[in-house]
Amino acid sequence: MHPVIRTVLQRLGLGLLTLFAVSVIIFSTLEMLPGGFAEAILGQGATPETVAAFNKSLGLDRPPLTRYVEWITGAVQGDFGKSFAGAGGWRSENVRTVSGIIGPRLYNTFFLAGLTAIIAVPIALGLGLLTALYRNTWFDRVANATTLTTIASPEFFVAYILVFFLAVKLRWFPPLSTVSATTPFAEHFYKALLPALTLTLVIVAHMMRMTRASIISLLASPYIEMARLKGLSRSQVILRHALPNAWAPIATVIAFNLAYLVVGVVVVEVVFTYPGIGQLMVDSVGSRDMPVAQACALIFAATYILLNLLADIIAIITNPRLLHPK
Amino acid sequence: MTTDNVDIRSIRSRRTLAQNAWRTLKSAPLSAIFGMAVILIYVLCAIFAPLIAPYGEAEIVGKAYGHASWQNLFGLDQIGRDVFSRVIYGARNTMGIAFLTVCISFTLGGIFGIYAAVTRGILDQVLSRVVDIFMSIPVLIFALMLLAMAGKSVWNLIFILAVLDSTRVFRLARNTALSVAVQDFVEAARLRGEGLRWVVLREIVPNILPPLIAEFGLRFSFVFLTIAALSFLGVGIQPPTADWGSMVAESKTLITFGRPQPLIPAAAIALLTVAVNFVVDWFLHKTSGLRDE
Amino acid sequence: MTEFEYKLELAKQAVTKGKLSRRDFTKFALAGGLTLTVADGLFMKAARAQAKQGGHFRAGLGHGNTTDTFDPATYAHGLNFGWGRSLVGATLTRTDQKNNVVPYLAESFEPSDGAKKWVFKLRKGVTFHNGKTLTSDDVVGTINYHMGPDSKSAGKAYLGGVASVKADGPDTVVFELKGADADFPYAFAQYQFPILAITDGKPDVTGNGAGPYILDGFEPGVKVHFKRNPNAFAPGNFDEVTQLVILDAAARTNAYLSGEVDYIDKVDLKTIDMLKSAPDTAIYDVSGMQHYTAPMLTDTAPFDKPEVRQALKWAINRQELVDKVLFGYGKPGNDSPLAPSMKFATSPEPVHTYDPEKAKSILAKAGLSGLKVDISAADAAFAGSVDAALLMAEHAKAAGIEINVVREPNDGYWDNVWIKKPWCHCYWGGRPTADTMLTVSLSEGAAWNDTRWKNARFNELLPQARGETDDAKRAALYAEMQQLVHDDGGQMVLMFANYVGAMTTKLGHGDFNSDNDFDGGYMYDRWWFV
Repeated sequence: MHPVIRTVLQRLGLGLLTLFAVSVIIFSTLEMLPGGFAEAILGQGATPETVAAFNKSLGLDRPPLTRYVEWITGAVQGDFGKSFAGAGGWRSENVRTVSGIIGPRLYNTFFLAGLTAIIAVPIALGLGLLTALYRNTWFDRVANATTLTTIASPEFFVAYILVFFLAVKLRWFPPLSTVSATTPFAEHFYKALLPALTLTLVIVAHMMRMTRASIISLLASPYIEMARLKGLSRSQVILRHALPNAWAPIATVIAFNLAYLVVGVVVVEVVFTYPGIGQLMVDSVGSRDMPVAQACALIFAATYILLNLLADIIAIITNPRLLHPK
Repeated sequence: MTTDNVDIRSIRSRRTLAQNAWRTLKSAPLSAIFGMAVILIYVLCAIFAPLIAPYGEAEIVGKAYGHASWQNLFGLDQIGRDVFSRVIYGARNTMGIAFLTVCISFTLGGIFGIYAAVTRGILDQVLSRVVDIFMSIPVLIFALMLLAMAGKSVWNLIFILAVLDSTRVFRLARNTALSVAVQDFVEAARLRGEGLRWVVLREIVPNILPPLIAEFGLRFSFVFLTIAALSFLGVGIQPPTADWGSMVAESKTLITFGRPQPLIPAAAIALLTVAVNFVVDWFLHKTSGLRDE
Repeated sequence: MTEFEYKLELAKQAVTKGKLSRRDFTKFALAGGLTLTVADGLFMKAARAQAKQGGHFRAGLGHGNTTDTFDPATYAHGLNFGWGRSLVGATLTRTDQKNNVVPYLAESFEPSDGAKKWVFKLRKGVTFHNGKTLTSDDVVGTINYHMGPDSKSAGKAYLGGVASVKADGPDTVVFELKGADADFPYAFAQYQFPILAITDGKPDVTGNGAGPYILDGFEPGVKVHFKRNPNAFAPGNFDEVTQLVILDAAARTNAYLSGEVDYIDKVDLKTIDMLKSAPDTAIYDVSGMQHYTAPMLTDTAPFDKPEVRQALKWAINRQELVDKVLFGYGKPGNDSPLAPSMKFATSPEPVHTYDPEKAKSILAKAGLSGLKVDISAADAAFAGSVDAALLMAEHAKAAGIEINVVREPNDGYWDNVWIKKPWCHCYWGGRPTADTMLTVSLSEGAAWNDTRWKNARFNELLPQARGETDDAKRAALYAEMQQLVHDDGGQMVLMFANYVGAMTTKLGHGDFNSDNDFDGGYMYDRWWFV
């Protein structure tokens, strides 16, 4: 079998096992958290009587194992169940299905992640190449220190600073990114720009530094020296000879950051009130809405697994030794 | 000739560790010296916080939002505590917590990672899969859940972040150790009949140290960013403990009005991160053996 | 034009200018021989004459969750107040700006049998958003939905005194109570009780109501959009209303400053002075009924000793708590849970101020010097709870009392800490009447009696006052009860917190309700764009 296909199949199999384990972990953690859905919804107003009635109506009075088996049986068949919250005016359907809740949010999250990636990845690669090319010059140092400063500031801090200047003072962008399923693409794009810019500042440093480091580490190798001795210019050496061999670590770090854009941006979502999936998971953990929290966790885990797989495939493809094993 | 040889040896042996360190330091680039100076100042602040800070960490000295004055360099916070004193104590808490967290996570992740790499087999498989599982759950949200379960004490925070972080360290330690373990000199040592302990300590650890230390620097900064994010979501360091991340989160609305107060702890974090990374860069440069052009 | 007609015209103008209250207007109109319904209709018309119609009102609110539904049984937070009271829902009664109960969906309500029986007559011709006509069956069904044995409603607590509820013809509902209750109609002004359409015995909880706005778009935890209900019996002023969920205080402020929303609630008090100076901005600042307390379990050592409770009440500097935790936007409490603005509220003597010496001597006399106690705090109890607890510990030091602050997790605070730990922090949203407030939080056997206080005299006076219809006699009874709580109770009322928001000056409004935030939840149909 072709090594790429074998890796893919192997990893997908392991991925399914991982997803199963993640669902067990999330379920048991939610079970161990103090309070349940009823207590979370009713808050101070909860009395033992109303909580019991609530739990009974949701079937939460049954043992956890039963409920888990029930959930996973459905999930395996593609039915992620419905939210503990009743429909109550939501899209005039009778039940609030998990897929119905997550669908639009997932789109929003991927939209923001995609937009950020389109801005951030070229900048990071470009800066990485330039700083490797002009290493140890002032340009290198300034670029390094600037990106480090943005990565070293809390995300919400970066976000507020951008909002202060670009939204409140200059009024170029709206301070809120409240989008919905009916928002036209152009408006969605415009509203998502400010959060995307914030995230760009947060992730560029990491990718840029990795690009720079992996290229520089190759510069010591004999074949690069050979290329230099042939009389190629520095930029030619880096672009034609160093970069192709540096793709593997760069792809890994890009995959890592893309995964972060999907799973780790809850703070930015809160600041811009962007209805993404991170906030949904925090919300549903807070209200102990197990089916929704489970589905979010599985999406996060799947994203992580798939992006890592993609990085490994890129590593194999760009490395002839791995692509054509002896 | 013989005497010359002896002389050279004796000269070499006479150069003490301190002298060596000094020689290395003298050759350090400006950025690394800057980084080390900043770290030194921070560490001094952390150690001598009670002597430097004019007021106590949680001491209420005046009215809420008192203005800056010579007594209160950075003014007072929302319940009338001296911001300057809190920034100084913040150095102790923020760095102390981050350092402890990273130390625990490196001990855990490092030991298991190297052990897995050297022994391979079933243990390696099991550990790697477990780490894969934990890594596929977002750190922030997982920490949020665990903190809600265990309670929000500082020790819980340190322990939970350390364990979650150690999965990343495990990955790195295992992978780098694996690439070293298959090399000829390790094989040679094994064939020589050296024990596992010897092989690990003398051959593997020294060779995987550079990437681990680089990671240490990055992780160190990430820990207080994670704590800041947790504070933003309401479960970070609890008052009255002063911690830079929480201090930024507490005064976040002031940014809306262009007030500089949240800038102080934010700048403290940023400066430290830049400093640590400058030093790490230099260290990597030294150990990578790449000559300057 | 008769003299009365002339005076009525003047009165209407006064109402239009906002100078005459509903109560005074109604009193005058009734004296002139008009029926209550007519008087009320005239008042509504006059009051609305000043209000302009139109516009899109956007409120940025620090409440809301992805699990929100339009099922009133789950109503609990700031978005819901509006849903139940002035957006999609219409309640039987309403509370006015002076906290009197006035008819709304009910045209009138009359007590009989010494306030043991209440008859509610419904307004005729009212329709739900889906076109169904309101009848007494809808009212009975709604009440049973909250009251039944399987009810998961937080509103159930208001209905403990109801023995039976029956329809008497299509427009009349009769309540039989277990004991006399002169304040009974107040319960039906609560946001949990918008009347629901009952179809085949089942309540419609999809946001279909009889209120002034129709639900037009609902993304739980993100935003809710409403449009004006053209068929409402009392229409709102805005063409459209949007509630935006913005949980982060700084983001809320940013949204307001850049004109994305017209009103924000729960302003970050740290920055309120800067917000005040923003252009065209008015601060919404209403001294309400919400109060922050520190309940001590009166059956648990050391709080079972009255001296300990008394000493602690003197050992806390409440004014400083108001200054530092509420930034001055509130009033110090005096250990009566009734807000000063409420009917029958008194200020029992001696007023509990900060007097560490007195606290010390009380303890010394009882041989309890060197008292050490724990207090549990978490920001789930109220914003700034931990800061407040630290300040309290600082204050008590001067009285020789050592308070150890225990920081509790926010999650599960109400299950694991409140009424479980001997001393903790708590928050009360306030109740519309003296009776409900005292019953819910201090009567023996009440689920939320968070001090487990059992005072025989208090529990004897409570039903007596509830059934008393003579205001002067009632006032005396409530005064005695408040004195008892003040002297002996375990509930330390630390402070009354104002509702503080910010709104653009383009919004017009009259006086504000004090029984809840958001003008009592009525801002959506009361306010208008100038």
